[in-house]
Amino acid sequence: MRIRINGDTHEVDVDVRTSLLDLLREHLGLTGSKKGCDHGQCGACTVLINGRRINSCLTLAVMHDDDEIVTIEGLGSPAALHPLQAAFVRHDGFQCGYCTPGQICSAVGMLDEVAKGWPSLVSEPGTDAVALTDEEIRERMSGNLCRCSAYPNIVDAIRDVAGAGA
Amino acid sequence: MKFGGHSVKRIEDERLLTGQGRYTDDIQLPGMAYGVTLRSPYGHARVAAIDTAAARAMPGVLAVYTAADVASYGGIPCIVPLSKVPTPRPLLVDTVRFVGDGIAFVVAETREAARAAADAIEVDFDELPAIASIDEAIADGAPPIWPEAGSNDLFLWSKGDAAAVDAAIAGAAHVTRLRIVQNRVAPTSMEVRAAVAEWDADAGFTLHAGSQGVAGMRAQLANAILKIAPEQVRVVTGDVGGGFGMKSFVYAEYALVMIAARDLGRPVKWTGDRSDAFQTDTHGRAMVTDGTLALDADGKFLALKAETWSDLGAYQSTFGPAIQTMAGGTIIGGVYRIPAIHNAVHGVITNTAPVDAYRGAGRPESAYTMERLVEAAAREVGLPVDEIRRRNLLRPDELPHANGLGLTFDVGNYPAVLDKAVQQSDWAGFAARKAEAARRGRRYGRGLCYYVEIAGGGGTEEFADIRVAADGRVEAAVGTQSNGQGHETAYSQVLADKLGIDIERISIVQGDTVRLDQGHGTGGSRSLVWGGGACLVAADELIERGKALAATDLDATDIDYEEGVFRARGTNRSTSLAELAAKHPQALDGRGRYTIPKPSPSWPNGCHVAEVELDPATGMVKVARYSIVDDFGVLMNPMLVEGQVHGGVAQGLGQVLLENIVYGEGAQLLTGSFMDYGIPRADDMPHIEFDTLGTPSPNNPLGAKGCGEAGTIGAMPSIMNAIIDALDGTQIEMPATPEKLWRVCRELAVSRAA
Repeated sequence: MRIRINGDTHEVDVDVRTSLLDLLREHLGLTGSKKGCDHGQCGACTVLINGRRINSCLTLAVMHDDDEIVTIEGLGSPAALHPLQAAFVRHDGFQCGYCTPGQICSAVGMLDEVAKGWPSLVSEPGTDAVALTDEEIRERMSGNLCRCSAYPNIVDAIRDVAGAGA
Repeated sequence: MKFGGHSVKRIEDERLLTGQGRYTDDIQLPGMAYGVTLRSPYGHARVAAIDTAAARAMPGVLAVYTAADVASYGGIPCIVPLSKVPTPRPLLVDTVRFVGDGIAFVVAETREAARAAADAIEVDFDELPAIASIDEAIADGAPPIWPEAGSNDLFLWSKGDAAAVDAAIAGAAHVTRLRIVQNRVAPTSMEVRAAVAEWDADAGFTLHAGSQGVAGMRAQLANAILKIAPEQVRVVTGDVGGGFGMKSFVYAEYALVMIAARDLGRPVKWTGDRSDAFQTDTHGRAMVTDGTLALDADGKFLALKAETWSDLGAYQSTFGPAIQTMAGGTIIGGVYRIPAIHNAVHGVITNTAPVDAYRGAGRPESAYTMERLVEAAAREVGLPVDEIRRRNLLRPDELPHANGLGLTFDVGNYPAVLDKAVQQSDWAGFAARKAEAARRGRRYGRGLCYYVEIAGGGGTEEFADIRVAADGRVEAAVGTQSNGQGHETAYSQVLADKLGIDIERISIVQGDTVRLDQGHGTGGSRSLVWGGGACLVAADELIERGKALAATDLDATDIDYEEGVFRARGTNRSTSLAELAAKHPQALDGRGRYTIPKPSPSWPNGCHVAEVELDPATGMVKVARYSIVDDFGVLMNPMLVEGQVHGGVAQGLGQVLLENIVYGEGAQLLTGSFMDYGIPRADDMPHIEFDTLGTPSPNNPLGAKGCGEAGTIGAMPSIMNAIIDALDGTQIEMPATPEKLWRVCRELAVSRAA
């Protein structure tokens, strides 16, 4: 199968049972995406597929023929950080760093969902535009666990970037 | 500029933010094989027969180990056994004592092949009676899990003056009694445990594993388990995705990958899955306490008595027996003026995962017991919860104070911290917030905690190995181990200030026994005090060596050092750190050892105020406001400190509201995934108002006090006290789940109607 990851095209031959996460980590050496549970319960493996966030442990690699995947390695580099990565530094948005790649990919996908006006559980019913309150950020990021609990600072970092983009 | 005291941004950030971190499972070595552990599905059973023939014959299988194959190796040592009866924990067992005990270890070409082969091992079990709880373990006629002990009540540790306590209780104007349960919780680092081993006939073993200190882990693996010289083992720890105490310990797989790597002559990796973690990572808390607090007519404390049954799990873990005793049992009573204290702790064996250090390791448990008693007493005698503390907190003029259990609190201004916290929380506005919540049909409560903790009590020395490169860059290896706390940054700040050079010129190394074969690791909130002290000593000694070299080079007797430059006094002759390093390679390098004549802990303390809002219709509770004032002495990096406090609060909040490890019938683990075991999410965390009011610690040159565990210690009692307040004083136990709260709210509504 052919898969595009961070702008590069890879021709890979994988077992049909291989998850996208295992393809990234085990076959392509892209270890930035983390395995925290392998059950879609922690969000550490979150990547972007055609711009949408997804738990890469819960999807099979072979389902993504010709899809455009972006992982943490594709978002920014130490020399040129993505605005969210830079905001995580400014706001001390993590400690051990294990959940961080997933948090950042998830935040990128989440901000796009907000821009499109997709409502969440806590959105006011019937409104078209979503106001990105702290409550909205917390709800929309609640699928990404952080045991060090940098949550308050993660919320600050996301608000910072969202505000700058608005 | 000075770096200390400033929120310097973390040096480790960019690596971790861009997916370049190097955690154990990220390591891929050529020719690497994969190991999988076959675990017991029973809580207690004898392995009557085990047949590995089918597994060995499967494609890709390289080796299968059972208990008999590794019987010549030592087990996982308990460093502080409190029982005369040893409870040896082998690498693999033929009698299983909890769900998850390892029966066989399979190594294959791929992880999938190893898993398939583990499934093909046939085991006949003879089931034995399984004991899932403290109550069952100490019930009359309960079968002992370790028959040679005669009972599951393995030891009794006690401290304090029992006779004085009983006399004070007998003569007291008021006595408050509570039975307090502290639920079993799982540390659940986001990075599960993993290990990679390599073996070389000349160099010996290299083990890559997440740890909280490589030197200690190496000593246990070499001396106790493999029975070889420590020099034959190199332990390397890269980035660690959270530890919280749990990663301090050696686990069976760390030795098993080493044994397999040697037998097979190729690298072997084992990575646990989340299920392995819930079953076999050490758990925390797990105890029941009968607490008694005696008061005089003015609400002043006369005596504190506690009797605790501490669930050790199936084996005495590495530090397990020490947690509720030596580590945390001596601080019960906090920084209150209590004339008589007695604390008795039973160590109880059950068919459950071993229990050991988890964030706070005994101190949160002691503070929780005391602070629950304090607020229950305040309610019973009709005193406000701040006032009862004001009457009983030690004043600065009463320090130092010996607590009667072997601890002496040195400095602090506890009443001032209390007052600042009360003010910061908008104490006076509580009534209006409660009334406003009531108008929306919600219950609203406030809880308070004044905690003290023992920080850095476990160590008596620490090391820093310092080097200067020819370009003047300074590199120090420190014997502690970051698990995400930001040690690289904090130590760089210490060294930059001491050497008067830019922080960019400093790098910190950790986690490799080749670079640093001594060191006591990270635990008990010790790192900045001890590791920072070691950095200071190493830097001082570096400057002295530099002065001696400069004296020769500059042909002078008196040399002054400032900001990276050595000057001959009274002249304009000088040489820089970089010039000296280039001219005299390695002559500046050396290892500093920090110790103090009478090693003493530091005593972080502080006050947490929590307010909760509870919906009686659903039992859902939210922490509405949260306010903290801490005394951490002198802060090195306020931003890092605040991060530690946030994380600590979350783990306390998790234990109070969500987390609960449950063993059911047959000692089956019922909470083995994040679907069954809730940890706090972004929407569970309140905004935290945080400030400090520090009294510098006199016991270390930085004036620092540990901060890593304080948040958890303060959060458990303050949030639970707030919930109890919201329930008009109804005592309930953790976790305060919606179902439990809904039932209490129903009962309160019914009794009010009646």
